[in-house]
Amino acid sequence: MSQRITIDPVTRIEGHLRVDVDVKDGFVSKAWSSGQMWRGVENILIGRDPRDAWAITQRICGVCTTVHAICSVRAVENALDLELPVNAQYIRNLIILAHAVHDHIVHFYHLSALDWVDVVSALKADPDKASALAESLSSWSGNSKHEFRKVKERLAGFVSTGQLGIFTNGYWGHPAMKLPPEVNLLAVAHYLQALEVQRHANKIVSILGSKTPHIQNVAVGGVSNPLAVDSQAVLTVERLMAVKGWIDKLADFVKNVYLVDVAAIGAFYADWTTYGRGIVEYLSVPDIPLDGKGTKFALPGGFLTDGDLKKYTSIKSFDDAYFRDGVSEAIKHSWYEYKGGDAVSLHPYDGETTPKYTDFQDDGKYSWLKSPTFYGKPAQVGPLSRVLAMLAEGHEPTVKYATETLDRVSSIAGATVGLEAMHSTIGRHAARAISCAVQVDELANQWDLLLGNMAKGDLKTFNRPTFPKGEQRGFGFHEAPRGMLSHWVVIEDGKIRNYQCVVPTTWNAAPRNEKDQPGAYEACLTGNPVADPEQPLEVLRTVHSFDPCLACAVHVLDKENESSVTVTAR
Amino acid sequence: MSGAPAPVESPRRAVLLGVGNILLTDEGVGVRAVERFGERYVLPEGVEILDGGTSAMEMLDELENLDLLVVVDCVRVGRPPASVVVLTGDEVPAFFRQRLSPHQVGLSDVFATMLLTGRAPQAIVVIGVQPVAIELSMSLTPEVEAVMPEVLDAIHASFEANGYTVSPRQGEAREAA
Repeated sequence: MSQRITIDPVTRIEGHLRVDVDVKDGFVSKAWSSGQMWRGVENILIGRDPRDAWAITQRICGVCTTVHAICSVRAVENALDLELPVNAQYIRNLIILAHAVHDHIVHFYHLSALDWVDVVSALKADPDKASALAESLSSWSGNSKHEFRKVKERLAGFVSTGQLGIFTNGYWGHPAMKLPPEVNLLAVAHYLQALEVQRHANKIVSILGSKTPHIQNVAVGGVSNPLAVDSQAVLTVERLMAVKGWIDKLADFVKNVYLVDVAAIGAFYADWTTYGRGIVEYLSVPDIPLDGKGTKFALPGGFLTDGDLKKYTSIKSFDDAYFRDGVSEAIKHSWYEYKGGDAVSLHPYDGETTPKYTDFQDDGKYSWLKSPTFYGKPAQVGPLSRVLAMLAEGHEPTVKYATETLDRVSSIAGATVGLEAMHSTIGRHAARAISCAVQVDELANQWDLLLGNMAKGDLKTFNRPTFPKGEQRGFGFHEAPRGMLSHWVVIEDGKIRNYQCVVPTTWNAAPRNEKDQPGAYEACLTGNPVADPEQPLEVLRTVHSFDPCLACAVHVLDKENESSVTVTAR
Repeated sequence: MSGAPAPVESPRRAVLLGVGNILLTDEGVGVRAVERFGERYVLPEGVEILDGGTSAMEMLDELENLDLLVVVDCVRVGRPPASVVVLTGDEVPAFFRQRLSPHQVGLSDVFATMLLTGRAPQAIVVIGVQPVAIELSMSLTPEVEAVMPEVLDAIHASFEANGYTVSPRQGEAREAA
């Protein structure tokens, strides 16, 4: 006899996700992932000027603002076959990378660490021992005895005011919490320090993007930042020097704190390298273009099957036909209907967004998300896909940080932990940290490239687009923090005729496809342990490891409804 | 950084924050209200308008150590559609504490973080509007549009009640106020 657990909504994520699992003998036997909001935002874009699409699409979601803006202009530029000034690529790249570093730090410390770290247990820690442990792992300046004593004091004060409940669904004291008090205190100290550090990344985005949370500087054809070596009113060398200072601080934290913490926490949760494997088809795209056309990239990407680095196909340019022709979306288990019926899967250029709501039907339709596939296969997207692709390509910085991280985990755990361990719930966290280290180095590199090009006297940032009569089709892709994002546009006589966004979480949180194959969450949850059905922490661990972001983000505050977990036995 | 509140001698800082998704009809009422308020009123020095959209931690820098935070948002409080509610004092923590929203990574987390670091605003006013519709559209419903003057008045009153002088701009502002 199995027990059904419904988590609705899943907390500490963007948007409204419902997850159902059947639990039998303490393990998940079957899972359903369901997007609970209709994301039909594409319909708003029909008939509009393609030059305005980026400003509208960046409102889809509060976490992913910049990524939709960037992806949208890339799609329109692809349709127009428009080449960009290289400065525009560098400035966009700096925004992309700063945003990614911000997103990864915040995801780990502020959104998912509470799945692994017991804040209350940190109160039992000896701060001096915690400091000694931290100093044995890293040279970070924020690991002193003084600092850890101060953090413990602050935490005790906060807990004593009874305000801890504001961190919703923190499973304090749950049997699946395994960290010693000292490691919990270390994590709380770094949580607070991460709050300070994330500001630097945000400042880079706001200086270059003219504003956060919604950037203003993107345009079809480049960026609107005027560059200058002397004028005060524009993006000057002086401002760029400030950006460099923030990049250095971010690099220090990512390499000496984030990477180390993931390895330490991972080593204590070694069993979690055996859960959450699921789908081992991994899709990512190349990003950080180094030329105006998008044919050379700093960070490679592609499609890897069977979890095997040797079974890898590289995606090579912004106009890559292998990528373009591989994507399609099914709706057999989604609350939509296609003119061609439930058995077909449609390419995004021919995509349809016609809602057809039924109830939640276990074997029928149960989600507002469509089910995307790549050459007919469901795929995982995100940092793990990105890191595996870069390893398959022999990308040196990735090889360096991945090796360093696995060696560190092995040394702390006292057992050899190899690449195989990455195909797991904890592996997705490790991959995110490795990716973040690669990205923070690339951030410094892009800064050098921009300054170098300006020094040569090239200050151009924009090529004006022209829209010919007739139809143009274009796609833009972007390796966003949560994984591969693509926008698909059909333009007719200068107006948008069709627009489809295939977002990372759609790949990962997808319901079953037209062949009834489960999506990534569903596959990864099967076999997960659940110690206490009333407190399904383990389910949240696996779901949160993907950094879910349901790009539909309705934000109505509801004073009447406090319940977030419903448990029904059957 | 000790996380102590801002020293008293520093100039008073306030933020008028509009949150919500402008692609979902009345969900965007907070953003629309603060935009219009900025068009129609002159804010004193030290007061900033922030279009937060549906973002979260990105706003932390701007929301810390404030003397006053006025939030305008779409809320479900069991009132008739298009009702305007003003929450102050003891009602505000409940607004943030209860996990009320499908938009989970939001203001609640930012507020929790500021409490933990001791940098929460000295005073908070929440001006909420009960939505009529949250379907896909970039304009407000006529019903919510009709209560907009009431929302702008409530924003104005919140600043005045906290000792800020906010005056209408010349011309068009008069009819709006």
